[in-house]
Formats: sequence, structure tokens, C-alpha cells
Amino acid sequence: MDLNRLLMVAISVIFINNFILSKFLGLCPFIGVSKKTEPAFYMGLAVTFVMTASSIITWAVYSFLLRPFHIEYLRTLSFILVIASSVQLIEMFIQKFNPALYKVFGIYLALITTNCAVFGVAVLNSEMFLKVADNLTRSLVFCVVQGFCAGVGFTMVLLLMSGIRERLELCNVPRSMKGMPIAFIVASLMSMAFMGFMGFRF
Amino acid sequence: MKRLLREFLKGITIENPTFRLALGLCPTLAISTSIVNGFGMGLAATFVIVGSNMIVSSIRGVIPSKIRIPSFIVIIATFVTIVELVMKAYFPSLSKALGIFVPLIAVNCIVLGRAEAFASKHGVVRSIFDGLGMGVGFTFALVLISTIREAFGNGTLLGLIIVKGFEPALLFILAPGALLVIGILMGFINHVTER
Repeated sequence: MDLNRLLMVAISVIFINNFILSKFLGLCPFIGVSKKTEPAFYMGLAVTFVMTASSIITWAVYSFLLRPFHIEYLRTLSFILVIASSVQLIEMFIQKFNPALYKVFGIYLALITTNCAVFGVAVLNSEMFLKVADNLTRSLVFCVVQGFCAGVGFTMVLLLMSGIRERLELCNVPRSMKGMPIAFIVASLMSMAFMGFMGFRF
Repeated sequence: MKRLLREFLKGITIENPTFRLALGLCPTLAISTSIVNGFGMGLAATFVIVGSNMIVSSIRGVIPSKIRIPSFIVIIATFVTIVELVMKAYFPSLSKALGIFVPLIAVNCIVLGRAEAFASKHGVVRSIFDGLGMGVGFTFALVLISTIREAFGNGTLLGLIIVKGFEPALLFILAPGALLVIGILMGFINHVTER
């Protein structure tokens, strides 16, 4: 297994091509749930979990259904349906077997069934790893790593942002810039800072 | 006729999806690097919104309310697939520039939002006008943002150089510029409407 490439994918998707700050995926939860640290953390956990799960599921759909029957053009349709229904299934499962856990992040699961970051990671996986006829375990490992690390990067940025916004509550912001506009400006400064990672070469 | 016109205009002004409702921000920020990209994305999204609004409103009596969301998603994803294939065949360079954001129209909250909030409750003609208004409003916002970003970040408008000797600030084309522009625009709109 080429560990070097795996590491490169992981670092790239966490820092350099961060889903929120440089790919602009999942902005709705980023702006919506980043007001306080605790919900932001649970949201991040839920997204990481769903991204990893949907990476595995869409890998299976693509390599066992779409490619053998040459119906790759149905990718959008099938991915969305499979992701949405399996997240619902997982949600019901958690609700039934672990109500305490469901109370903590069940609502977030419902919110992200068709989040663009989740669907985006599936599409990116299929463009990067699944299109090339490769051996199956190798592409599965790459998909899972990319899905998991995209979630980790998402959680990290969400946490950082919520920390800043908790402080921002106490600041004297011009009235018309309050709320969303100032959040975007903060995000812009953060994204500028993250551009520093672009210099790294592996 | 007057009511239809109002349905159409509200998407552009008081219920503008980008600036007023803050929906569908991901594609707005990601692909507004040049006017051509912004306009192409806007047209594609308009087609999907109008198409899905039309189908959803015409079969709204048949869909059981429990499974309405999954059925809306299937309808939307079908239109997105049409756009994806047409764009790949006739506008390959645009399709390459927009990248994964073409399939991502399917999870754009504007489309599902209109299907759920408007088309599932109103008639076919009104839904089509609502979709048109929303699409045009979205396209307008995209073109506005991408004009600012292209002018400052690349020194051009539609690829033509505006002022000779102007040193473009590359930052505006990159990711931070998008967030900065939309933050300032939203603040400006708040400032104007508050008075």
C-alpha cells in the first residue's frame, strides 16, 4: 500500500484543500451552527461520521452497480438517494439502540442528510479514485481516508470558527455588519491564514 | 397576470435567494471567479429550478406527503443529470470550469427549498414563474459577485482588460476574496435596507 500517497491525500484534504475554507462545501452548517462551541463539536462529529459512512456506501454503489452495468451517468441520482436513505437508517438505528447518543447528535444527523459537503465528498471520491479502473480494496482505502479526513478538517474549522464567534459576541460590531456579514469576513481571514498551508510540498 | 409578475419579481428583489435568504451559498462562492462561470452556473440552476418546480407542482396531488422529500430529490436529480450531460456535450470548457459544482446543484438548498415551500402548494403556472424569478435572482447575484471578483482579482470584465496598468489583487480570485466580497455585500445591503 502506498502510504505516501495516502498521507498526501489526508493532509491535503484537512489543511490545503479544506472543505469549508477552500472548496466552499458545507457552508450552511458552517455559518448556521458555529455560534457556540458545543453544538459545533457535535455537528462536526456527525459530519465526520456521515462522510465516512457515505464514502463506503457510494464506493460500493459505484464499483458494484454503476461501473459493471456502464450506467455511470446515474451517479448524481443514485448517490443522493443512497446517502439520504442510509443516513435515515443510521439515524433510526441510533434512536432505537442508544437514545442518549441520539439526544446528543441525532438532530444534527437529520440536518445533514443531503448536505453538500457529504455529497461533495462522494462525488470527489468518484472523480479521483473510482473512475480509474483500479483494484477494489485500494480504492476503498483511499475513499475512506478522504471521507474521514474531510470530516476531520470540517470539524477543526467549525470549532475554530465557533471559538472566534463566541468572542465576537462581546465585540462592538457595526449594526449592519452584525451576524452573518461579520461571520463571512472572519471566515475570509481564516481562509487567508489557511492559504499558508499551500506552500507545503510533499 | 399581475400576480404572475409579482411571483417573478419577488425572487429577484425581496426574496433574493442569495442576499435575503442566504440559500445556496456554496456554489455562489466557489464558482464566481469569472462572469462567464457565474452566468453559466446561474443558467444551469435556473433550468433545474424551473423544471423541478414544474414537475413537482403538476404531480403534487399524487405524491403522499410522507415520501415527498425523497420524491422531490429524485425529480431534482433527474434535471441535474440532464444539465450535466448537456453541458458536457456542448460546453465542455464550462463544464470543466464548474467541476463538481454541476452535480452539486442537486443538493443546492434553493431548489429543494422552492419545491417544498412553493411548488408543492401552488399551481403549475405560478410555480414556473416562481422558479424563473428565483433562478434569475440567483443568476443576478452570481453575476454581481463574479463581476466584482473578476474586476479586482483579474483586472478584466468578460475577459477584456478594463484599465491598462492596473495590478490585479489575486486574492479576490482565491477563496478568501469570495468570502470577503459576500460579507461586505451583505453588510452593505443590510445598511441600505435598514434606513
